[in-house]
Amino acid sequence: MIIDAWVTELLLPFLGDYAAWAGTFIDLMIKIVAIVLPLMLCVAYLTYAERRVIGAIQLRIGPNRVGAKGLLQPIADALKLLLKEVIIPAEGNRFLFVIAPAISLLAALIAWSVIPFSPEVVLADINAGLLFVLAATSLGVYGVIIAGWASNSKYAFIGCLRSAAQIVSYEIAMGFALVTVLMASGSLNLSAIVNAQAGATFLSWFWLPLLPMFVVYFISGVAETNRAPFDVAEGESEIVAGFHVEYGGMAFAIFFLAEYANMILISALTTLLFLGGWLPPFDFAPFNWVPGAVWFIFKICFLLFCFLWFRATFPRYRYDQIMHLGWKIFIPLTIIWLIVVGLWMRTPLWLW
Amino acid sequence: MFEFESIVFYFFAFLTLSAALGVILVSNPIYAALFLVLAFVASAGIWLLLYAEFLAMVLVLVYVGAVMVLFLFVLMMLDINIDTLREGFWRYLPFAVIIAVLFAAEIILVLTNPKFTSVVGDASAALTDDNTRALGSVLYTEYLYPFELASVLLLVAIVAAVALTLRRRINTRYINPATQVQTKPTDRVRLVSVTKESPLQFSSPSNDKKGKTSCPD
Repeated sequence: MIIDAWVTELLLPFLGDYAAWAGTFIDLMIKIVAIVLPLMLCVAYLTYAERRVIGAIQLRIGPNRVGAKGLLQPIADALKLLLKEVIIPAEGNRFLFVIAPAISLLAALIAWSVIPFSPEVVLADINAGLLFVLAATSLGVYGVIIAGWASNSKYAFIGCLRSAAQIVSYEIAMGFALVTVLMASGSLNLSAIVNAQAGATFLSWFWLPLLPMFVVYFISGVAETNRAPFDVAEGESEIVAGFHVEYGGMAFAIFFLAEYANMILISALTTLLFLGGWLPPFDFAPFNWVPGAVWFIFKICFLLFCFLWFRATFPRYRYDQIMHLGWKIFIPLTIIWLIVVGLWMRTPLWLW
Repeated sequence: MFEFESIVFYFFAFLTLSAALGVILVSNPIYAALFLVLAFVASAGIWLLLYAEFLAMVLVLVYVGAVMVLFLFVLMMLDINIDTLREGFWRYLPFAVIIAVLFAAEIILVLTNPKFTSVVGDASAALTDDNTRALGSVLYTEYLYPFELASVLLLVAIVAAVALTLRRRINTRYINPATQVQTKPTDRVRLVSVTKESPLQFSSPSNDKKGKTSCPD
């Protein structure tokens, strides 16, 4: 808001009545850059962390040559991808082929506009934040579908069909899990959801009363981001690289960025909805000295580590098993827990 | 000076109209479906301008995020020949013109009706506060029976659709994951104790004084 007023005053002689618009616009742009730039850096270092963590799990070393301890590896990778040629299939659809990665990244970034990092630190504090997040993340599937179709390749097409079916299936369970969260918190605003979890210890967070929903939401999140063990859309052992098999260079890199940005987003959402967002685990002396944003980032890092851990631990699901898990286990479980929470909240035993 | 809202409105209105025109004008059905997606997103933007945030989000979530994905899913797998779709264009044209004129007449009749404008005015005035909460409290109290009736109708439609399309194929092999998980090593591997016959004499290379290889192939 300070920037807003300053820019407005600066531009007043040049733009007249439009200076207020320009002020708001520049203020918003600065805030957007302040979110997206660190996020992109996190994405870059998440790829490094992934290779190191999986390396450690598999008793390998991982990248350790570029820079100290291999810390410059992500930058070297980005440079390499920037310099590579983007090949567009001759029989493919040029326009759709180029915008597909952009749609993927857009859907991964747009939801960050309503994520509160600590109390009051949020770009858009809208009252239907949870719905907005759900709507924004549901757009991500278009990047995959359009990429698979525009590539004019059978492998890419099979990957895109698998991904479309999988994401639509898991979105239902995810939506029901979110319904229980908004029942427990009584609000769709993400800051209000975190504030509803405030209490003396970590036992007041929603993971405890909504434990099955926490598990369902996180596993559905893994499925939504097409990560192992749900990565049949890529399935490198059967359909080469799935939907992005025809992509190279920067176009491929943008898909890569979108996948990792989505992982961070799902971790952030799980933290906000079930793990108390920026709240400290114990609300007394040494713990509540630490700023809220630090706790928030710490919890996100833990969930991101789980993503990497899953990838190194579980073999890829067979396609019918994915559908079985989504439709026959998660959806009935979420519906049952919805009723349980509804009844539980009417009794004095509800402590949250 | 324009109001900021009106500029945004004209932008989204232009986008909605041109995308809707695209839906009916392009020959490729995939493009038509993608134009429909664009039209949905743009009309969600218009609804947001009217403070109808619940409707806007649900439009994106349900229609863009789920329904159109399935539409595209089906369209991409169909083998659509555009030439056969165009056959008989001139034969059907008179009927199409009659239907189009009828629709246009209906729309004009509705839009020129003075009652219609007053209804719209009231609706947008009621939507200014937290309308997700307002919608929920009305839907589950005042309009509970119509709401439940609609959901039961949808459920019947789902059951009917499943009943019509479900076919059991005889020769598919289905493995129940529960039984798969419950298998024990003893179900799969049988350890057999084999009686030893004359044991081979192994010796380590350092003790091997004769220089012979100690292991036969």
